[in-house]
Amino acid sequence: MGDCDVAVIGGGLVGGAVAFGLARLGRRVALLDEGDLAYRAARGNFALIWAQSKGLGLPEYGAWTARSAAAWPAFAAALHEVSGIDPGLHQPGGFHLLLGEGEYLRRGELLARLHNQPGMPEGGYRMVGREELAKLLPDIGPDVVGASYGPRDGQCNSLRLFRALHLALGRLGGAYLPAHGVQALRFRGGSFEIEASGRTIGAGQVVLAAGLGNAKLAPLVGLEAPVRPQRGQIVVTRRTARFLDHPTTTIRQTDEGGVMLGDSVEEAGFDNAVTLGPISAIARRAVRIFPRLGALPIARSWAALRVMSPDGFPIYQQSATCPGAFLATCHSGVTLAAAHALHLAPAIAAGRLPPELAVFGAERFHVSAAA
Amino acid sequence: MSETAELAVVGAGPAGLAAAALAAGFGLDVALIDEQPGPGGQIYRGIETSPHAPGTVLGEDYWYGARPVRAFRRSRVRYLPSTAAWSLDRERELGLLHAGQARTLAAKRVILATGAIERPIPIPGWSLPGVMTAGGAQILLKTAGMVPHSGTVLAGSGPLLWLLAWQIGRAGGKLDAILDTTPKSNWRRAWPHLPAFAVSPYALKGLRLRLAVGRRFRVVSGVVALAAEGQERIEAVRWQGADGSEGRLAVDTLLLHQGVVPETNLAMAAGVPHRWEETRLCFEPVLDAYGDTEVPGIAIAGDGGGILGAWAAEETGRLAAVAAIRALRPDAAEALRPVEARARRALAHVERGRAFLDALFRPAERFRIPEGETLACRCEEIAAGRVIEAASMATGPNQLKAYLRCGMGPCQGRMCGLTVTELMAKARGVSPAAVGHYRIRPPVKPLTVAELAGLPPDPVGEGAVNRD
Amino acid sequence: MFRRQPETAATLSILVDGKPIPARAGESVAAALLAAGLSAFRRSPVSGVPRGPYCLMGACYDCLVTIDGQPGRQACQVPVASGMRIETKP
Repeated sequence: MGDCDVAVIGGGLVGGAVAFGLARLGRRVALLDEGDLAYRAARGNFALIWAQSKGLGLPEYGAWTARSAAAWPAFAAALHEVSGIDPGLHQPGGFHLLLGEGEYLRRGELLARLHNQPGMPEGGYRMVGREELAKLLPDIGPDVVGASYGPRDGQCNSLRLFRALHLALGRLGGAYLPAHGVQALRFRGGSFEIEASGRTIGAGQVVLAAGLGNAKLAPLVGLEAPVRPQRGQIVVTRRTARFLDHPTTTIRQTDEGGVMLGDSVEEAGFDNAVTLGPISAIARRAVRIFPRLGALPIARSWAALRVMSPDGFPIYQQSATCPGAFLATCHSGVTLAAAHALHLAPAIAAGRLPPELAVFGAERFHVSAAA
Repeated sequence: MSETAELAVVGAGPAGLAAAALAAGFGLDVALIDEQPGPGGQIYRGIETSPHAPGTVLGEDYWYGARPVRAFRRSRVRYLPSTAAWSLDRERELGLLHAGQARTLAAKRVILATGAIERPIPIPGWSLPGVMTAGGAQILLKTAGMVPHSGTVLAGSGPLLWLLAWQIGRAGGKLDAILDTTPKSNWRRAWPHLPAFAVSPYALKGLRLRLAVGRRFRVVSGVVALAAEGQERIEAVRWQGADGSEGRLAVDTLLLHQGVVPETNLAMAAGVPHRWEETRLCFEPVLDAYGDTEVPGIAIAGDGGGILGAWAAEETGRLAAVAAIRALRPDAAEALRPVEARARRALAHVERGRAFLDALFRPAERFRIPEGETLACRCEEIAAGRVIEAASMATGPNQLKAYLRCGMGPCQGRMCGLTVTELMAKARGVSPAAVGHYRIRPPVKPLTVAELAGLPPDPVGEGAVNRD
Repeated sequence: MFRRQPETAATLSILVDGKPIPARAGESVAAALLAAGLSAFRRSPVSGVPRGPYCLMGACYDCLVTIDGQPGRQACQVPVASGMRIETKP
């Protein structure tokens, strides 16, 4: 019953992108999702496609990110065509705005170290002084001394992206199955059995993309996902006239007109409540960067849990003991959506992860544990 | 450092006033926070400043409100008027805003007495300027002495409909028609509760009102469909009777009402569990006999805990205060016993007849669950048809919000939450309880970025945001 | 159309889009605008259709206007004050 070629477990942006990529290749895909109150990073992200600061300590991650950023236009077009929904890609290059000389110097050093690593793609960033910046972003406040600029950086409408992925899957013959939290997962006779929502679904391959849920699912099929939650909080203003043409790391204007203000990093376990300390700190920094934001009424705030691995990099893995089982987890579901759909999904369909993803295996955590 | 109080009461309507005054009487340090400039809540709104002479126009039930307000004025409550409570967390820290200044207040106990809002009435054209709630018209009457004079139709169902019509009549105003949407079939369900209602404090009063209004204004009963028409503002109201008859009146004002529902946003933001109440068709907080919620130290009194009306609100306010006083002043337990007994007796008295009203004025599905182009979400302009279309795919209302943006506008789901839940439930053939509700986050009242930024910095917050 | 009862005459004046309109101390900005015959206060930021006060008790957020330079204020929740400047987008 409910047999499919591939069952993707986790209906967020990672699972959605992989499922879309597989369905485009003609695979019959079932995308299993949890209920409405699941920990759902896909509904709490900042919608940035961001490359400039990725990969310190693992240049392969910098390269993978740059590759995804480059693949985004093709991905967005394909998704738009199939789903009828425009994910709102806008990739004009993005800024990380810096308050004070100290921040400027430290950012410059950090990015130099990052981009000087062997294997990092060329032209990933440059530092921009205040004078040049003020021409591009005339509303910056007096405390902004400059920025780092990433030419590959951009933004999208991540809620439309989310819906487009689900809709596109359906149009390609796949099934999005909400309220299908996985009760059991077994490898039997060369294929997989999944129990969810009172039924058993058979699948030739299985992709674990369940975010924090991967931690429990992975060992069932010879994989591992030592991930932990890391809380991030966001503030969103009501709609306002357009004033910001570039995304920045912590402030961006959505295509609907609201301004998103981010974000915080906290170790708070599975508590995804909004707390006043961080959101008011977010507001303070935002007003220093763009003083005009002060007058805007807040529409809402949000807190969500990032899916963090011990070193912060993604985990991509295929099972040695249960062939056909794969795992994908990261905390950059938007940025990497294109790579997941256009590069990872074909590799999974072919049954083997490519050599350039070998560094992302969870084995890397054993090495440090033994050392 | 956060400002502190032993007990923080949010809302200065009948429940909040009674709770605050009682607790202060037992020596608690009580802060009463209210968005309005004066006490009374919506029900007794403007009672200290109303332009009407006492005892006139608004009726004796309104002027009765002067009593709890006076009792509160005599108490030693720290009163914080014109102050919005925009946040509450599980540790009972409130976010407040007064005159553009945000601050926090930490309390050992919190009683939420945030009252009710009008149940949404998603009919075609309900977002046109000139379409308003009956409750809104009543506020205009109470606070500004304004009455409809021409081109006004009042439509819907519920006790407030008749009270407002009566008040408009007394004030010399005019209604072109009253369109009663109470389903005839509700009588069958209400019938068994009639004996209790007949001996309730509401029965005689209600009957008198109804008769007086009928003598004064044109009343059309058994209305089964309603629409507001117009381009830039309402120009006409169109309706259909149960017998298939149709009517249309040119109007510039349409006043709508089909009961009120608890204002739950602050409680939901604090993580208070709510459940679907099928008789009253809304979400209500899960409460014990004192109004305590499942979040330690947070209680709910008055209509915010379930619609029982102003008199009951005073008593549930007292009961919540009793629990708070007992928790903070164990020595007072003995002295509280008669207070509690009195409140329970009074509550039993005013609760009588409620089941009849709930059954009789249960709004028809037609007026709760829209279809096609009719807006479910006013803020983001999401039509009912789009909700139905996306309902099968979404995990629930929160995913729907992500898919369509419904509930993401400034009203934060107050105008569409119940509609979206019921639309999804119907589309999937399940109960609204199984669908659930929007997750609510602070700020639940408007706050600017600068106002939020004005909170005193704390190391945890700064540390979480500083990326340097 | 709403009208003031005779005994509740206006006592002060506010500026609405540059024009003075009468208001009564204790009432909200929304009440003063409605009494002046205005029912559309703003344009929806989604489609641009006109909107005006619906609930008058702070729940619907359809009566948003600019008050003394601060955009997005709820007209039904702000009491009038003499000389207050209101901007609408009817």
